[in-house]
Amino acid sequence: MNRRIIGPLIGVSIAAALIALGWWLVQGKQFDVLSPAGEVADQQRNLFIFTISLISLVVIPVFVMLGVFAWRYSEKNKKAKYDPSFTHSVVLESIWWGVPIAIIGVLSVVTFQTSHSLDPYRKIVSEQETVNVQVVALQWKWLFIYPELGVASLNQLPIPEDTPISFTITADAPMSAFWVPALGSQIYAMSGMNSQLNLIASQQGDFRGYATNINGEGYSDMKMTVHSWSQKKFDAWVVDTKANKPDLDITEYERLAKPSENNEELAYNLADDQLYSTILNKYMSHGAETGHSSVNEGNH
Amino acid sequence: MNFFGGLLGRMSPEYFPSDPATIGAAISMPLAVLGIAGLLTYFKKWKWLWKEYITTLDAKKIGVMYIVVALVMLIRGFADTLMIRAQTAIAANGQQGPIDTDTFQQVFTAHGTIMIFFVAMGLMFGLINVALPLLIGARDVAFPFLNSVSFWLFAAGMILVNFALIFGGFSAGGWLGYPPLTGLEYSPGPGVDYWIWTLQIAGVGSLLSGVNFFVTIIKCRAPGMTLMKMPIFAWSVLVTTILIMLAFPVLTATLAMLSLDRVMDMHFFTSTAGGNPMLYVNLIWAWGHPEVYILVLPAFGIYSEIVATFARKAIFGYKTMVAALIAIMFLSFIVWQHHFFTMGAGANVNAFFGIMTAIIAVPTGVKIFNWLFTMYRGRILFASPMWWFMAFVVTFTIGGATGVMMSVPALDFQVHNTMFLVAHFHNVIIGGVLFGFLAGITYWFPKIFGFMLHEGLGKASAALWQIGFILAFIPLYALGLMGAVRRIDSYSDPSWQPFFIVSAIGVVVIGAGIFATVLQIAISIKNRKKYSVGGDPWNGRTLEWSVPSPAPHYNFAITPVVEHQDQWWYEKEHNETNKGVLEDIELPKNSSLGFFMAIAAGFFGFGVIWHLWWLVAIAFVAIVVLVIIRTMNDDSTFIITKEELAKEIGARA
Repeated sequence: MNRRIIGPLIGVSIAAALIALGWWLVQGKQFDVLSPAGEVADQQRNLFIFTISLISLVVIPVFVMLGVFAWRYSEKNKKAKYDPSFTHSVVLESIWWGVPIAIIGVLSVVTFQTSHSLDPYRKIVSEQETVNVQVVALQWKWLFIYPELGVASLNQLPIPEDTPISFTITADAPMSAFWVPALGSQIYAMSGMNSQLNLIASQQGDFRGYATNINGEGYSDMKMTVHSWSQKKFDAWVVDTKANKPDLDITEYERLAKPSENNEELAYNLADDQLYSTILNKYMSHGAETGHSSVNEGNH
Repeated sequence: MNFFGGLLGRMSPEYFPSDPATIGAAISMPLAVLGIAGLLTYFKKWKWLWKEYITTLDAKKIGVMYIVVALVMLIRGFADTLMIRAQTAIAANGQQGPIDTDTFQQVFTAHGTIMIFFVAMGLMFGLINVALPLLIGARDVAFPFLNSVSFWLFAAGMILVNFALIFGGFSAGGWLGYPPLTGLEYSPGPGVDYWIWTLQIAGVGSLLSGVNFFVTIIKCRAPGMTLMKMPIFAWSVLVTTILIMLAFPVLTATLAMLSLDRVMDMHFFTSTAGGNPMLYVNLIWAWGHPEVYILVLPAFGIYSEIVATFARKAIFGYKTMVAALIAIMFLSFIVWQHHFFTMGAGANVNAFFGIMTAIIAVPTGVKIFNWLFTMYRGRILFASPMWWFMAFVVTFTIGGATGVMMSVPALDFQVHNTMFLVAHFHNVIIGGVLFGFLAGITYWFPKIFGFMLHEGLGKASAALWQIGFILAFIPLYALGLMGAVRRIDSYSDPSWQPFFIVSAIGVVVIGAGIFATVLQIAISIKNRKKYSVGGDPWNGRTLEWSVPSPAPHYNFAITPVVEHQDQWWYEKEHNETNKGVLEDIELPKNSSLGFFMAIAAGFFGFGVIWHLWWLVAIAFVAIVVLVIIRTMNDDSTFIITKEELAKEIGARA
């Protein structure tokens, strides 16, 4: 009997060592997805915990049965019952069709509800007036245009806290994707097309944003910082930017649109309020001729 | 364009590699080939190689060639992994990694392409070739010559993907190469074309194999073996071949359109002139998602055979196993959109595909419970294939769980295209597919070669893979939740680095596992006399164990008559013998035409890649001529008479 214990003992020790290593690794680390700074990411974190709990209802029994059966029915254990005729059971097979179906049934309801409630296109309801931001993914930097405020910025996204932000996103580059994990939900950025995203920050702070779709040489460095500021500080930034920063017009845009890496955070006075639609329409000459619009508005 | 310019297409010396890592690989690969050629010459084995392998139409030998190529490619793909993880372990916070960005992007593209098309697919077709005809009591596949064509097309694709390293470079656009990045505007060089033509040539081979094995199962089963008496492995292959026949034409068409965009400046997938890259994303995943099941279902079949054999108990819930396979087959075609929930489809579309994806977990879970209850009240021998099975259940279940999580679109928005996703699909592909195929190799090896693989090293390999896997991939889940996106070659946050370092250590442990497998094969070959075994070394249940090891080239001297599921086990239990009668056997003669067709196909691809239109024309004509030659060959088989057979059986006894 003693010899039989050695194998499982080694297995359990290795598992314990790996868990200890994992525990040591995560100490003091920042998990943006699990420590949200906005309503959308907050609900997604809850969804993460909910699904992991739900799926554990199946995963844990599987692991327990695997260990117990392997131990008990090893051929070294002569005491265990050997019953080669036990190859079918209506009751048991009904259970393991039925229980997963029930679990997936519950998950399906949640999937349907959250697909709507956390739809990136869904506007966030708030007492604060929504700030509209137009996003252009370039090689390899992020351009943000605030059409109503008359400012623009590069690789930095100042926003007022507790205020819904409505993004309209396109690219003048290979397909990219816009993602700020602390705020939630990524979405693709594609040239000649609009995609939409609605986020809100519930606290002040600097949050990191990324491009998540491979788009060429500068991909790894295509980052941005979201500055979530108080309304006062944000307003001051807008005023200062309009007054003191260089103009963003089509000439400056074309300079920006040339491929380049490791760009600094910049701010601009928006000198051309049609800039975003100009960028979008670059790709739509044929569409305009035939009267079709290739703008992707989703199914909304 | 002057005459020589036209003759050389767009080839130019600038396409030779310039960075040290690639130069090293580019020099060592031809040297390795030369070394092997030298050894073959020294031992005077060329003729043997030509007669016994290159021109063979014996499915078992074709299977062995698939597996050898796939294992070599596993080492190539693993070398890519070493570079990827060495880079990410070092390149934190402005630190320079060992390779530059462009090389890094080529390396991960090659890693994905090679691991899926030339390792997973190669091992899969290899094991199907080796085992399937034997399992269903057939002498051969339905179309032996087509089988040879399939293999050599696979080999031609493999040579192209490796040749890219020496001349021209590979695609840097990821293994599924989304345009517009892979379009002419952003990737004008030959890299993307190498990627396209590698997949086109190997893909046609896969499609032909799919047809071949489907017909084999439908038409070539032993008398009495109804569909519901087939081993689960045969069922899994049947379902997989249906998926191949439906999915691979989509891949071929999609890549053809991308190629037309690139070569003839068309606009299927460009962002301008009416093209739409979203179409490509949909089409490539309409193939890509079934592809995942194409790989994993045969592995499921292998696990089913292994668990039943080593638990000394028939597979639990045979009918539900079959039902689950068929359910997965249908569902796998209506989930593709879950690869791009983040492309901006409406909430209802996302919800539909999310729910369908989650539903796949039900039949998959059923299979796991059936395997567990095959163990229940069994007498389990923990031979090395069982070690792989245990590692599979642990690894695959974690991957399945994270898969169900990611099936919820609203949650996927936070983990898509991050390291979390990378960890998830390696969990299911390594745990599900690779472990299964490595188990299958160990399991069927004695049947093909007549001797066992070293058991201790097999167990060591499984243990090292399992531990290495946990170290290499669990940290990636954490990194994904920290915001690390996939395919990055550098990052600014130093707190990510410990996770990447642990992951790199895990890769080294996996490397030790691969080394254990290589050592296992080498030691076993060296001691093959000591490890030689009879027909039924594992005390098996299915027909392949009823014939001697190594299996004769005609598989069964007497075609078995099947009356029961697990016929061979039944015969052993009830002291019965094969009820069939001795008859003449008709077998295919060797043919070199498949080999030459694939060479022509390889040159065709090479010609398109480099715009050598004269070469394309010659290669195309060559393929057509070779096909005509084959169709006019009326003398393609030979007969083994029953007298000769009786003599051979007598000699063996």
